[in-house]
Amino acid sequence: MTGPSSVSKSMTMGEAGLASALAAFAFISFLGAAMGHDAAFSFHASLACAASLIAVIMIGNRYLDRPAELPPAEIGGRPNYNLGPIKFASAMAMFWGIAGFTVGLIIALQLAWPALNFDLPWTTFGRLRPLHTSAVIFAFGGNVLIATSFYVVQKTCRTRLAGDLSPWFVVVGYNFFILIAGTGYLLGVTQSKEYAEPEWYADLWLTIVWVTYLLVFLMTLVKRKEPHIFVANWFYLAFIITIAVLHLGNNPALPVSLLGSKSYIAWGGVQDAMFQWWYGHNAVGFFLTAGFLAIMYYFIPKRAERPIYSYRLSIIHFWALIFLYIWAGPHHLHYTALPDWAQTLGMTFSIMLWMPSWGGMINGLMTLSGAWDKLRTDPVLRMMVVSVAFYGMSTFEGPMMSIKVVNSLSHYTDWTIGHVHSGALGWVGFVSFGALYCLVPWLWNRQLYSVKLVNWHFWISTIGIVLYISAMWVSGILQGLMWRAYTSLGFLEYSFIESVEAMHPFYIIRAAGGALFLVGALIMAFNLWMTVNAGRASETEGASALQPAE
Amino acid sequence: MKAIIQVENFASSLVGTLWTPVFVGIFIAIVVYALWPRNKSLFDAAARMPLRED
Repeated sequence: MTGPSSVSKSMTMGEAGLASALAAFAFISFLGAAMGHDAAFSFHASLACAASLIAVIMIGNRYLDRPAELPPAEIGGRPNYNLGPIKFASAMAMFWGIAGFTVGLIIALQLAWPALNFDLPWTTFGRLRPLHTSAVIFAFGGNVLIATSFYVVQKTCRTRLAGDLSPWFVVVGYNFFILIAGTGYLLGVTQSKEYAEPEWYADLWLTIVWVTYLLVFLMTLVKRKEPHIFVANWFYLAFIITIAVLHLGNNPALPVSLLGSKSYIAWGGVQDAMFQWWYGHNAVGFFLTAGFLAIMYYFIPKRAERPIYSYRLSIIHFWALIFLYIWAGPHHLHYTALPDWAQTLGMTFSIMLWMPSWGGMINGLMTLSGAWDKLRTDPVLRMMVVSVAFYGMSTFEGPMMSIKVVNSLSHYTDWTIGHVHSGALGWVGFVSFGALYCLVPWLWNRQLYSVKLVNWHFWISTIGIVLYISAMWVSGILQGLMWRAYTSLGFLEYSFIESVEAMHPFYIIRAAGGALFLVGALIMAFNLWMTVNAGRASETEGASALQPAE
Repeated sequence: MKAIIQVENFASSLVGTLWTPVFVGIFIAIVVYALWPRNKSLFDAAARMPLRED
């Protein structure tokens, strides 16, 4: 424990405890690597062993380099915000974004030209597809959410992030989970549950990291200097708690051996399916919606320099979303063995979700009242506002597709892929890009390197999204209609392979759209890199105003 | 034993029946809180929270 500055330096309980725990974990992982029943398990245990040892060394170095006293909570009466972990998560978000979009492009090309899987097990569609989804949702999106939540909770509570090492444990531990999950998919390690593919040991690790995340966030709220808890923090908290509950509910599994990667899930049959889509749809509702709505409620007012249009609506929006979303999952199981009443229940709640979703969209858009002119000059704000428009569009489309008769046409077709990507690229992607364009200059105290490049990013990616989603709409509806077409004699009019052949041109257009989206993200990465490494110092700290574009 | 099961069944069906009106009641209370005229100044101040600089 550290005392006054005159007292000699000693390790905190946290430093000593975490270093010892990680050293013990390195030893256990070493044994696991040596005794593992399959190569993938031994590989992951080796990674865990190496990562734990590196972490122990880094904790030691950090201790040697730091002054005797830990950073103060306040300097000169102003909160001494903890920005290091946020910088790390922001950089990782950009890295995983590029990786995830690239893998997405590869599998889009594989669908158009199947030879591109090179007949290798590691590069087949079945292994790369979860790598793509996890990289974009959990690695890119997750790092954006952790970074922005740690920033927003500090700023709106006017207090330093709780904990000393724990915020670092959250950001580094989360990225280690991504590494284990991603390399596992390539090696064929999977639970085969969509968006919950990581095996039991990765799930256990994520549980530890996520509970720490929850505690850091909660303790920061507890020591807040503002009496009122800002609405974005409510959304972040709902996201963190619900993801913890979903993760625990969907993943109880019995490993075949404690030294092997294979496990069997505790749920069986249709119960497993119901749990899976309770999880799956609420990952959409609480990870991809609630978390990013928190970004909307902080970053759009900040960037537009306008207050939230209606704070009252934001409260109703929040609670309506919380009460309704959790019931929508069964719409993923229409016309299956799931009881009919449960399907109808899922459909009904999905339709009711129109109301809070559009309430939130209107609240986000109307926050620009009196600042609409900024859309002309500030492409970062434009990106975030267009993301809210995409949010409105995909939350209209989703409930419509959950209606059973519509679903009978759309399910199992590319329409679903198009719907998901209008939400993922348009809403989650653009609001994340906008937040990172704001956050990186704030964190490093720089001016954005080039507003012009943001403009290029915006237009290239927007065209990419339009190509992507329109190709998938056409191909999906075409597919659905071909599958249900009968001849006058009652025979199916088309064989399955004919519908596959009909998809080909749309798969090429989709890949072109994905390529444009990736190009936009590469421009962004260059822009942010130059902002940090060659950018001019910001004139006023925390200023959000930019020079107008030429 | 039979009596215990009967009480349990009664309790679980009561909870199963009651939570819908209870949740609806909680939600209505939240809407009333959000729209209560006296809370307006609190919410107007909260709407400006992202704009404050420290």
